[in-house]
Amino acid sequence: MSAIAEPTGVAKTPTSNPSKSRRSMAWLGILPFLIFALLFLILPTLNIVVGAFQNPAGEFTFENIQKLLQPSILASYWISIKISVASAFLGCLIGFAIAAAIVLGGLPAWVRSPIMTFSGVASNFAGVPLAFAFLATLGRLGLVTVLLREGFGINIYAYGFNILSFWGLTLTYLFFQIPLMILIITPALDGLKREWREAAAILGANGFQYWSMVALPILWPALLGTFALLFANAFGAVATAYALTGSSLSIVPIVLFAQIRGDVLQDPHLGYALAFGMIVVTIIANTLYLWMRARSERWVKS
Amino acid sequence: MSFWRSKRFWSWVALSFGVLYFALPLIGTFEFSLRMKRGEYSFEAYRVILGDPRFQATFLYSVLMALLTIVVGVLLVVPTAYWVRLKLPRWRPVVEFITLLPLIIPAIVIVFGYIRLYNTSSVLPLTGSAFGTDILMVCGYTVLALPYMYRAVDTGLRTLDVSTLTEAAESLGAGKITILAKIILPNVLVAILSGAFLTFAIVIGEFVFAALLNRPAFGPFMQLIGANRAYEPAALAVIAFSITWLCMGLMQLVTRLQKHTQVKPFR
Amino acid sequence: MAFLEISNLQKDYAGNRVVENFNLAVEQGEFVSFLGPSGCGKTTVLRMVAGFETPSAGLIRIDGKDVVNLKPNQRNIGMVFQAYALFPNMTVAQNLAFGLKVAGKSKAEIEATVKEMLALIKLEALGQRYPFQLSGGQQQRVALARALAVKPKLLLLDEPLSALDAKIRVSLREEIRAIQRKLQITTIFVTHDQEEALSMSDRIVVMHQGKADQLGTPFEIYNQPKTRFVASFVGTINVLEGKVLDAPAGRFSLYGAELNLGRSLGEVKTGDIVALALRPEAASLGTTVGKPAQLTGIVQDVNFLGSVIRVRVKVGETSLSLDSFNQAAVAPPKAGDTVMVSFAPEELLVLAD
Ligand SMILES: Nc1ncnc2c1ncn2[C@@H]1O[C@H](COP(=O)(O)OP(=O)(O)OP(=O)(O)O)[C@@H](O)[C@H]1O
Ligand SMILES: [Mg+2]
Repeated sequence: MSAIAEPTGVAKTPTSNPSKSRRSMAWLGILPFLIFALLFLILPTLNIVVGAFQNPAGEFTFENIQKLLQPSILASYWISIKISVASAFLGCLIGFAIAAAIVLGGLPAWVRSPIMTFSGVASNFAGVPLAFAFLATLGRLGLVTVLLREGFGINIYAYGFNILSFWGLTLTYLFFQIPLMILIITPALDGLKREWREAAAILGANGFQYWSMVALPILWPALLGTFALLFANAFGAVATAYALTGSSLSIVPIVLFAQIRGDVLQDPHLGYALAFGMIVVTIIANTLYLWMRARSERWVKS
Repeated sequence: MSFWRSKRFWSWVALSFGVLYFALPLIGTFEFSLRMKRGEYSFEAYRVILGDPRFQATFLYSVLMALLTIVVGVLLVVPTAYWVRLKLPRWRPVVEFITLLPLIIPAIVIVFGYIRLYNTSSVLPLTGSAFGTDILMVCGYTVLALPYMYRAVDTGLRTLDVSTLTEAAESLGAGKITILAKIILPNVLVAILSGAFLTFAIVIGEFVFAALLNRPAFGPFMQLIGANRAYEPAALAVIAFSITWLCMGLMQLVTRLQKHTQVKPFR
Repeated sequence: MAFLEISNLQKDYAGNRVVENFNLAVEQGEFVSFLGPSGCGKTTVLRMVAGFETPSAGLIRIDGKDVVNLKPNQRNIGMVFQAYALFPNMTVAQNLAFGLKVAGKSKAEIEATVKEMLALIKLEALGQRYPFQLSGGQQQRVALARALAVKPKLLLLDEPLSALDAKIRVSLREEIRAIQRKLQITTIFVTHDQEEALSMSDRIVVMHQGKADQLGTPFEIYNQPKTRFVASFVGTINVLEGKVLDAPAGRFSLYGAELNLGRSLGEVKTGDIVALALRPEAASLGTTVGKPAQLTGIVQDVNFLGSVIRVRVKVGETSLSLDSFNQAAVAPPKAGDTVMVSFAPEELLVLAD
């Protein structure tokens, strides 16, 4: 802009000079945000990460990480991962089926809006109340349990079902996982062009071939990405599990919760390692998510 | 093609399954909450809960926390998002990444970090006093709300031509603060409101922060009732769900209102 | 028997009739265009031929076989869509291979065909690109090749050029026609661009409100429009309104002048209004030998198009376009001049409504 009047030596990089000085000032504009993020997000997390590699004397060590390999802690991670995978997988599957029914299934158009609204609400129904809802429904005295027992003579608890278990928790998590999947995947399904399906059909493909060679590969990054998001979502959740099962199901967040409250592991630094392990798992899941999302968006751009 | 084998049929099957799965816990909870008096349906559980002074205290406390979180969140997010759009486009990926971090780092890890970093023997011993802990809570909740808040506001700003608006205002002699308060804020009000309602829904029943920082919030109260009582938890769940529903309803409402009444000066 | 036969085709959408009494016979190797304004039902007819829509009534035969109850993937038809519709997750080569792959062709055969197709559309170097890395024109050529790769018996093109810019449109339409001639594939081409239809087609179907108004060669469509709609939609032809005096004898009055067509005016009554078409090059300014019909009008404007001068003259309520060759010795008229327009009444075409 102002480069016209300047000597040629400066004009060679006309915007760099003024913008550099302005940037150094402008940088101050987001200083409050950066300080806030540093104080309440980044430093606390780093503190845990560093603590995971320190012994009580403050020296560097891998000992805490090694202690994670003890059977009881490995078992916690394992059941946590199992529940997260199960609820994410089922959430994806069922959410996909419902979204596909809305978008492609020839349902009347009016069903869509209430489902999307409900999904927006239900994806936020996590936490303590959700546990209560499932206890009231599938607990020993819950509506469905009683109905099945008295109406159909089926005692689900006699069949080994327990709401305070792996499957009980998974079933409960699905209540927010499915809506989240619907919210994310519906726009992706909308993005499938009718012409792709028709082009495939006219080239001789049947429905299965269209889905396996065209639609699913196109949706694949979005599906996998959503899976990763749902996984992280379930993996870090504490409140629902704690309110539902107390400490009876020792998933990682609950072990960590108990550790923070009362140092049940009798080793504060093992607590840091436990938390560090959680970060690692969710970072892996989310890196996958971001990577996949970037890939899926590159295709859609076409 | 017969109806039984058609796409439509299976769509209805999937939908009915979904409706059943989502309706049953809601109906079940409501029904359970009415069962407190033997042999009849009554609102006894609600009466007990609503009359419980701890309910009133914790609920009020959480409402206050939620409102403070919204205020802090808006004060933090709106100027930042505006500034990034206006002057620091290169910083956008960084800022966006930071705002997404709370989705990656589990809340329990963050609060664990707080407890370590701000304990009584640290430089900033926030956990030493109730007031200090409340500050920490509000900051923590702001962090939790950051992804939603930032995205809502940033999306709102995208539809505005921020730099043109700013230049126009500056040419009329307005300062940056005036521009933010008088021009940018009203224009992204809907975005802020929808972010605020979501924040409210998240904070009001939040459990981990409050429980681990030992503050008398609604979440831990619910958990306590759940561990000790039979029917009241169901009533609490109905109340909490209603609040979430209300928040999301209001969010939809403001978004719709905006679509219908928004003035589009540039078209 | 014709290769593609469509008879009495009809389509209703919720009581709304969008295609009505549509008949067409296309010969093997012929290139037929559907020409008509937006919303006239061109795509609907094409989609019924392809099998994406089920006709409400009527018959579609391909190579003597009734296909109405066949699914699209059983019809052995190639189709090119307006919006390319390439599979975004596949490279160009994979797109071309798709139809062969689902047909269970061998790897060697697929490879050979893909190569042949890439050569056909002159994109040999771009086989490994993804669709989003191609220009619109390139994408549409790939879409054409993908449709042709499975050696279909019939090729359907639904406004394949309308998303492209003008220059590529012209070169691509020549390319499409050349490929069609080379492969001798029976082709239906949908367009709302008359220039496209006129330059490419063996025959044209002009469609209007779900019906085929006229079927004919480009020459016939342009020079002998049968209906008022065809006349106004194709080319620049003048439509005059005459008053019938004696239908069998061909006598009518036009702006006060009494004229004789020299043949029957068709099934009209005395006193009816009849629409008559007059080509711009059939009329001339001033009095001319052999052009006894004469109308007086006022020049509205004059367009000098080089070798041709187009003059618009207002006669009564109608404005007529006249083309005459440029003559260096004769100055063209000016706007506002009162002029005489003359033509031979036999050159008028009677239009149906
Ligand atoms: N699925 C449908 N449901 C209801 N009406 C439809 C449907 N598809 C097309 N129509 C209507 O049928 C008529 C013909 O549509 P068609 O797409 O065949 O027009 P077209 O000649 O291809 O137009 P264009 O040049 O714009 O592509 C239009 O009035 C359209 O609104
Ligand atoms: Mg069309």
